[in-house]
Amino acid sequence: MSELTALSLTAAAAGIRAKKFSSVELVDAHLSAITAQNPALNAFITVTAEAAQQAAKAYDAKPTPDALLPGLPIGMKDLFCTKGVRTTAASKILGNFIPPYESTVSANLAAAGAITVGKLNLDEFAMGSANITSAYGAVKNPLKANDDTALCRVPGGSSGGSASAVKAGLCLAATGTDTGGSIRQPAAFCGIVGLKPTYGRCSRWGIIAFASSLDQAGPMTRTVTDAALMLRAMAGFDPKDSTSVDTPVPDYTAAIGQSIKGKRIGLPKEYRLDGTAPAVLAMWDKAAQALREAGAEVVEVSLPHTAYALPTYYIIAPAEASSNLARYDGVRFGARVDGDTLDHLYENTRAAGFGAEVQRRILIGTYVLSAGYYDAYYLKAQKVRALIARDFSEAFKSVDALLTPTAPTEAFRLGEEPKDPVAMYLNDVFTIPASLAGVPALALPGGYADNGLPLGVQLIGNHWQEETLLSIGAVLEQAL
Amino acid sequence: MSTPYRIKGRTGDWELVMGLEVHAQVISQSKLFSGASTLFGAEPNANVSFVDAGFPGMLPVINGVCVEQAIKTGLGLNAVINTTSIFDRKNYFYADLPSGYQISQYQQPIVGEGWLDIELEDGSTKRIGIERLHLEQDAGKSIHDQHPTKSYVDLNRAGVALMEIVSKPDLSAPFEAAAYIKKLRGILRALGTCDGNMEEGNLRCDVNVSVRKPGAPLGTRCEIKNVNSVRFVVQAIEFEAARQIEILEDGGTIRQETRLYDSAKGETRSMRGKENAHDYRYFPDPDLLPLMIPQAQIDRIRAAMPELPEARRKRFVTQYGVAPQDALLLAEENDIAAYFEEAAKGATDAKLLASWAVGELFAALNKAGTGIENSPLSPARLRGLVELISNGTISGRIAKDVFALMLESQDEAAAIVEAKGLRQVSDTGALEKAIAEVLAANPDKVTEYKSGKDKLFGFFVGAVMKATGGKANPGVVNDLLKKALG
Repeated sequence: MSELTALSLTAAAAGIRAKKFSSVELVDAHLSAITAQNPALNAFITVTAEAAQQAAKAYDAKPTPDALLPGLPIGMKDLFCTKGVRTTAASKILGNFIPPYESTVSANLAAAGAITVGKLNLDEFAMGSANITSAYGAVKNPLKANDDTALCRVPGGSSGGSASAVKAGLCLAATGTDTGGSIRQPAAFCGIVGLKPTYGRCSRWGIIAFASSLDQAGPMTRTVTDAALMLRAMAGFDPKDSTSVDTPVPDYTAAIGQSIKGKRIGLPKEYRLDGTAPAVLAMWDKAAQALREAGAEVVEVSLPHTAYALPTYYIIAPAEASSNLARYDGVRFGARVDGDTLDHLYENTRAAGFGAEVQRRILIGTYVLSAGYYDAYYLKAQKVRALIARDFSEAFKSVDALLTPTAPTEAFRLGEEPKDPVAMYLNDVFTIPASLAGVPALALPGGYADNGLPLGVQLIGNHWQEETLLSIGAVLEQAL
Repeated sequence: MSTPYRIKGRTGDWELVMGLEVHAQVISQSKLFSGASTLFGAEPNANVSFVDAGFPGMLPVINGVCVEQAIKTGLGLNAVINTTSIFDRKNYFYADLPSGYQISQYQQPIVGEGWLDIELEDGSTKRIGIERLHLEQDAGKSIHDQHPTKSYVDLNRAGVALMEIVSKPDLSAPFEAAAYIKKLRGILRALGTCDGNMEEGNLRCDVNVSVRKPGAPLGTRCEIKNVNSVRFVVQAIEFEAARQIEILEDGGTIRQETRLYDSAKGETRSMRGKENAHDYRYFPDPDLLPLMIPQAQIDRIRAAMPELPEARRKRFVTQYGVAPQDALLLAEENDIAAYFEEAAKGATDAKLLASWAVGELFAALNKAGTGIENSPLSPARLRGLVELISNGTISGRIAKDVFALMLESQDEAAAIVEAKGLRQVSDTGALEKAIAEVLAANPDKVTEYKSGKDKLFGFFVGAVMKATGGKANPGVVNDLLKKALG
């Protein structure tokens, strides 16, 4: 990593404001890093070098130092529609789809001065936990275990391209989206910070939908402060998204450095799962100890319906996905494989356009919504979801935040991922409950596995308590 | 109570049981969940937003105007307004359904149970229950006849707001179905919530028809889709009932199915059976929150409700003394009612004015193929004419001539009467002279009359009227004739 690509987002902003370097220099340094490393990492699907350089020149010609992200290069998960720039969702079915509109979040970031250097790889339609389902190839984790001879680890998913690029210094920060852990789990695997905000905090308008009641955009950065800074630029009420909430966006960076003395932190006992790596449990204990030392009170709490979160999620998310993905039919945009009838056109297009994991989830979703199965699956899942949300609201009556591991293991080797889809889904066991409850959760580096790969620790807060998470997260970041 | 409608079959009488599902296009500038225009007759695919076309990442936002319109309609149908309702996705694949699902309302519609009264042929009324009213998106239009192997899709209509109004199975005669649609259409128009124009397709009708022996359990029903005129509804029901009766009387059973009405052939035919019915996989649309309607909004809309045709009809009878049959015709449409009320302002005899509007004016409009909005007579001019009858200036017969002249000019009735010298003659001297001349010219008739042939009185009146060019006051002529023949 060069000096410029090693900077935090916050430090880069300060450097630009102090005129230590220009936006052009900063953007060029990152484009060079992309040229050098992306062939190995495959983190970017599309690099927008020319547009980024132009934007950097424009920034330097007319600087706006008061902007939150003045002329700073970031990466955009290729699930955000970007006007005039191909947007793929890592699927063949979108073909060379070029959106004629800009997502609200990417537009907010641009308005805050950020410059997008490219569109980041992901699991196809954000469905996956290892970034191996992309039609544009798997993404590699830039980190190696002690005994790895080459890059061979998955970056996690679905925002694997984002995590990999941020860790490798290909961009200062990146957007991610999180439906069941797609920001937090790759952040853990790559040793960076990822924040899934409260559902409704960031607009979903212009983000290609996976599961609408769960999808939420958030920042992926190298520091907790950076996550605070970037969230402030991304968030805000959007009348174009009916589930967006009209509540003011605070200065999240003000939460950094606040004392956590007297804060009550809960350790949910149901998260102490069999089969969790001992190193993960040790990291968890160490993080709890660090918080105690910082003056917080750490207590055990119970989230009794935790065990039902994973099956509940794998009913609700596929159900919504099966409907959300019906529009990819080859009729109006994206790829089309013709047929001699309309039904054959659908079948040919969707068989050729969707990968195996996406097809699997569409089938599951279609099944659980079918007549005769709806009550047993979808309706029951909705009821359980309400109970899971109630677990959290009960817990937050007595604690300010919950501390848990982010993922049950460190990053596994590409090709050594669980072959059973259900075993693969277990990667999200710690992240899914917060998604179902719509509460914010912050993942940050918490320690290391025996092989030297990072492990993630997760803080979960009550609705709209991102600042609480950021202040506690900053303390942990210092301590660990 | 009117006699129940029965269809005679070979095995005896049959009873009809029917319910109607009416799709009424909501009057609003933009679509139910997007800002695209709803204007009819635009170039294909001119009124399509990215939301309507189901583009990636696009999200629906409810149009508050459509919600207001649904509430207003619900109140007009004496129905319960649900303060919480849910938008669901109805999933199916079709080329003119861009998202692969239609946003509709399934288990929790915006409007619950209500009713409307229809007038039967004998003048009695029958109450028809409303099951529900819900808001949903219309689909686009597939056009199959422009290319030998391909279909074209026009998405202008995709996403336009519809109200689906479902009746209870309370209809038991084709006439009742027609009366129900007309009544419903009148209410929608009076409220300004739907144009009710079946030709343009902004009022469409599905009819559920079943037959049974009177008092027997309900028969299996068939749904006839998209019948697009009141006349066709009647024809489709008559055909379908006869078809079902024939099957049953031949010992067969009715297959529950969806049928199409072919208006060219005057028959219904099968579209798909129950076994091929779609599984729509309804579930709450996660892009939309439950629709919450504050009670204050319902109260505000209720307070501002316009008068509905039925209330207006009753008021026309009591306030103006209009004949009930005339009131029905005058109260049905907002424009006509407004015309009548404008004309009736300060009229001496509003009842007479009403009968002139319904009679001569409507006939003239029909003949000209135009509506009340293009009436050749302003309300004031019609009133001027009728006033001349009321105050005895002209007779009804002369008034018809004056009316005809008014159609061709902008002149007031009084001016025409003056110019043409049509003023009614009530001067007894002049009339006595005319009578004397008539009697003198017909001595044999006078003799016959006097010997008891009373019917000849009419002949003498006619002759006097003719002699005076129709200007004689008929009442005065009667009195004077009786005296002269005395």
